[in-house]
Amino acid sequence: MNDILEVRNVTKRFGMGGVFGRNHITAVNDVSFTIEAEKPEIFTIVGESGSGKTTLARMILRLETPSEGEILFHGTRVDLRASRAERLKFMHEVQPVFQNPFEAFNPLKEVDRYLISTARTFLKLTKQSDIEQAMDDALQKVGLSYAEVKGRFAHELSGGQLQRVSIARALICNPTLLIADEPVSMVDASLRMAIVNLLKSLRDDFGVSVIYITHDLATAYYIADRIIIMQKGDVVEMGPARAVLDNPEHPYARLLKESVLSIDDAGYGDLDPATELMDQINKDRTGRTKMVTRDDGRLVRVAE
Amino acid sequence: MAEQKQDVLQVRNLKAYYQMAYFGVEREVRAVDDITMSIHENEVYGIAGESSSGKTSFIKVLAAAIRPPLRVVDGEVEFNFGGQKIDPNKASKEEVDAIRWSKLSYIMQGSMSVLNPVRKIGRSFEDFAFKPMGLPRAEFNSRVAAHLERLKLSPNVLNAYPHELSGGMRQRVTIALATVCQPQFIIADEPTTALDVVVQKDVLSMIRTVQQEMRASVIFVTHDMSVHANITDRVGIIYAGRLVEEGPTRQLFAQPKHPYTAHLVASLPRIGDTRERPALEGRPPNLSDPPKGCRFHPRCPLATDRCKQENPPLVDMGEGHRVACFHTDKVKPLIELGQPKVTRMAEGAPA
Repeated sequence: MNDILEVRNVTKRFGMGGVFGRNHITAVNDVSFTIEAEKPEIFTIVGESGSGKTTLARMILRLETPSEGEILFHGTRVDLRASRAERLKFMHEVQPVFQNPFEAFNPLKEVDRYLISTARTFLKLTKQSDIEQAMDDALQKVGLSYAEVKGRFAHELSGGQLQRVSIARALICNPTLLIADEPVSMVDASLRMAIVNLLKSLRDDFGVSVIYITHDLATAYYIADRIIIMQKGDVVEMGPARAVLDNPEHPYARLLKESVLSIDDAGYGDLDPATELMDQINKDRTGRTKMVTRDDGRLVRVAE
Repeated sequence: MAEQKQDVLQVRNLKAYYQMAYFGVEREVRAVDDITMSIHENEVYGIAGESSSGKTSFIKVLAAAIRPPLRVVDGEVEFNFGGQKIDPNKASKEEVDAIRWSKLSYIMQGSMSVLNPVRKIGRSFEDFAFKPMGLPRAEFNSRVAAHLERLKLSPNVLNAYPHELSGGMRQRVTIALATVCQPQFIIADEPTTALDVVVQKDVLSMIRTVQQEMRASVIFVTHDMSVHANITDRVGIIYAGRLVEEGPTRQLFAQPKHPYTAHLVASLPRIGDTRERPALEGRPPNLSDPPKGCRFHPRCPLATDRCKQENPPLVDMGEGHRVACFHTDKVKPLIELGQPKVTRMAEGAPA
């Protein structure tokens, strides 16, 4: 198989309420995509909160089971109830990076303990010098060194550094796929680009594919190869990132692009809400829809 | 254009430090260090800075919401509400209570923690605004309903609990709360940071509309430069407790004179532009032990020996553009701004 990951018609429904009058919410509805092994890429999932992007990532990480459809990893199905050995094998290849680095690390533990246990579990290293070597290699990739991190607690590092440590932790076991859920939204402006450039170098220099989840269209445009735009669980547009973002076709994608504040308008202030687009989107959601392919390779959801 | 306008707030040489003495070890964190600025009536003044740059401490001092160990060490804050001058940190509690909410109000960051989770929104409105407005109950209720309507919120929200509303709705409710008494001065601390792009634009446009209707002054704090670009009239950049640059928004974005500002503006990725964005090396300094001289020098590409020794004063470059840097002539804008999409918005739009 040439695909690292194949997501095939995946749907996730959550139940809400009690035994009587139980409601179902479709968080992710019929999503399919593949990530190929030969060509490392940054695959971006964009949407507002509640669009199902985090649920999709959690399903890929096996933290949730899909209600319908399946997720294949190197051609085999990812099962939530696998043996420990199988789970470790999966985790060896797919690693997460979470949104808030301050919450990802226990404040009472030195951050290098996370690195040590990752090296022990996945690389099966036992000698102290080997472990340190593995940690240092991973930290070098993110522009830090073991000496800087050794014995430090989370509060002693800045948000940007801490996020880089959590990426380094994920890199220790040489994963083929990194799932980064809003990795820059909690990081300061002057440090944000360091993380974004780092994700780019992971793809270009180390051949790691990244699933980058964000609501920031500008950074998506900057680093992404392919993009999917989600609205309330549905994929509304999918394709090459720059083609899609330069000229979005689906009204919701256009609304997202319209809403991005641009510094070109500095001092003039462009704050008019795009009411027309919103009306059109509400109208469109009532009818039946299907995905159609366009000439430039993008898929767009249109009314049937 | 700025000269004729009256100042609503003047801050002179303000220094506010966190002073702590635990187990005999004294520690001083210089969160606000020698800030001088003024805010005119009917303008939105943006304050940009990273986390732990002292911007929240600064607005706490303005709002008279400081508690030890944060203390005002030197300097003064003076509000001018139509001739009534007051320094909220020196005035008595009664005087401050008399202006709070009715003249000086505050939009806070986490809308979930501002609204009491076990009280309906309508009760929160009573808690906040009933006393300052001093109206009979019937009139108060109709004023609140009319205000909500003006902000395009349904009066039904008064009967809802905070958890029943979405994040964007809650943030609009906190804005409604802060503006219901028609204050002359509003402090907005990261009001849109937790919101999605679509909702964010909506909330910003609402703040701008309310501000223009009431002709209020707003201090708008956020680290997001693209928000500053779109809502503010003037922007001040705070780095490590000091104001390093201040100027009219368009000018500051088009021709930044401080290397830190130039970097902040250039580091924003934009749709339609694929050029490599450099990241700034290093990290913001620790405010309990700031570097000597200019606090930006360890990260500054233009730093010289003078920067390591002397602290650059804030110098006026004309047209209200003030910069604290010895090398303003060497600072070049790292990117060019495109043409704005719109050319409305008014009075002081720079050419």
